[in-house]
Amino acid sequence: MSTPIKLELGGAASGSLRRMQNRMFLCLTGAAALTLLVPLFGILGYLVTRGIGAINLDFFISLPKPVGETGGGVANAIVGSLMVIVMAGAAAIPCGVLASVYICEFAPGSRFSSIIRFVCDMLNSTPSIILGIFAYGMVVLRMGHFSALAGAFALFVMMTPVVVRATEEILRTVPNSIREASVGLGGTRWQTVWHVVLPAARSGIVTGVFLALARVGGETAPLLFTAFGNQFWNLDPRQPINTLPVQIYKFATSPYADWHRQAWAAALLLVIMIAVISSTVRALTARR
Amino acid sequence: MEKKPGSPVRLFSTYARSSTRRVRLMDGIAGKGTMAAGLLIVALLVLLLNEMFRLSLPAICHFGIGFFTSSDWDPQGERFGVLPFLYGTLVSSAIALVIAIPFGIGTALFLTELAPQRLRGAVAFVVDMLAAIPSVVYGLWGVFVLAPLMQSHVGPFLEKTLGFLPLFRGPFYGGVSMLTAGLILAVMVVPFIVAIAREVLLTVPVDLKAASYALGATQWETIWKVVLPYSRVGIGGGVVLALGRALGETMAVTMVIGNQPRINASILQPGYSMAAVLANEFNEASSKLYLSVLVEVGLTLFLVTFLINIAARVLLWRMRSVHPH
Repeated sequence: MSTPIKLELGGAASGSLRRMQNRMFLCLTGAAALTLLVPLFGILGYLVTRGIGAINLDFFISLPKPVGETGGGVANAIVGSLMVIVMAGAAAIPCGVLASVYICEFAPGSRFSSIIRFVCDMLNSTPSIILGIFAYGMVVLRMGHFSALAGAFALFVMMTPVVVRATEEILRTVPNSIREASVGLGGTRWQTVWHVVLPAARSGIVTGVFLALARVGGETAPLLFTAFGNQFWNLDPRQPINTLPVQIYKFATSPYADWHRQAWAAALLLVIMIAVISSTVRALTARR
Repeated sequence: MEKKPGSPVRLFSTYARSSTRRVRLMDGIAGKGTMAAGLLIVALLVLLLNEMFRLSLPAICHFGIGFFTSSDWDPQGERFGVLPFLYGTLVSSAIALVIAIPFGIGTALFLTELAPQRLRGAVAFVVDMLAAIPSVVYGLWGVFVLAPLMQSHVGPFLEKTLGFLPLFRGPFYGGVSMLTAGLILAVMVVPFIVAIAREVLLTVPVDLKAASYALGATQWETIWKVVLPYSRVGIGGGVVLALGRALGETMAVTMVIGNQPRINASILQPGYSMAAVLANEFNEASSKLYLSVLVEVGLTLFLVTFLINIAARVLLWRMRSVHPH
């Protein structure tokens, strides 16, 4: 795709009109790219200037205060978010990696593999709020109440196809020659996968998994009527639990100025967490 | 052969010789296990469809086709129609695309054709960051920054200059409107368009561009008459994929669209979307029928995005079969 040939661009336009038109439209594409900076810096700027004031030690270690009292924090939401994401990841990562090993190594090109791939694309493009309804029907209605488990289930359904597609892409980049080498030495299929292909693809898979975690970590919609939210501490996966994105939504849609301040702070925290995860992963893989 | 610890040669010879039975067993288990993971994923989609149909069945039986032709939304009186939400979803997404397409394709062109190597990384970083910001944070920014701006400046300006069109008529309600939702959505889907358009633009053969330059075309003429026509179908697929994203986007839209179940010609007035009504009312559904109706709204949204995504895939697949690379 990327060729070493470097084209010498034609500056030979005869009419000055054509030259002007050329310059104008090329500038417009640059302007389009520059314009994208406006919303990005608009959002980041407001997050920092409005959020930083409400961040203090209390913000990290105490519970949300009831209406009318100022102060308080989002400690339970931070822990809750981590719990839900870890539960979702613990199910989605093995499931996703195994499925893509099936697609790429055990049955490449088979009919069932292309069905799995199609289903992953469909699940991937399903609106996240629909996955919330799905988890509501599967878990909440059957348990009789909201729970952290239901939230984790919704995020699991969302995360699995992302892991499958990311892993698949990496497995495709593993050269066939090393598979042949393994088979030539008498390695069976599983030995080849376990001792040769997966180690070769490890860093790429880790990247994909962390990017998927970062993506579901900011999700609100699937948690609204599954994990629901909780004003208090909860570490029991069978009970409703508070999460950072849902807490931001509650703060933001309330009519209280102090809660708005905390919404900005919590949003700043969430974006920093996501940015740290994804940029660390990117930096680590770029070095290899 | 020399056996170094950790060298693959040693690993394989020992495994194959000393525990043939175990290895064969392991192979079988692994084959079944990975297949089971694949089956589970397929089962998830089947279960999802089953669950949506099961929960929305009471509403489907109760309202029939009238659900799709009515624009009433009165939970107390148990009269429900999906039209205002369908309208809001489609219009806000259409606004988003109209804004996002030129910026997305322009940025992709800048990235692939123009930008020097160092700038490319920076622009790609900006696009990645925009894609990584969570929906609820966009919503927060929309409520406290964009909506007041729409109320005080953009709305009055549009009404003054274009107010003769029914599309741009007040009164404003605190800046929350279809246009505000469309603007936020545009920012959110631009990264998708850039990513796919960029990928498609990179597949344009250098020979074609070289031929165009050789004929004396300027760089813009090459882009307009060679590069874009060549990649039209693929970029179209990317745009449709972005449309699928915009249709299902929930939190940011819920926070800025105004949440009024009315069909309004003016995009400066509030509306409501399918995803937003789910986010707002699902937890408040007091009766079985109300809940069932909401699930049917969800099912409608699912089917619409499903169709859109199939269309996108057909376009992208057609591009690959027309220009195999």
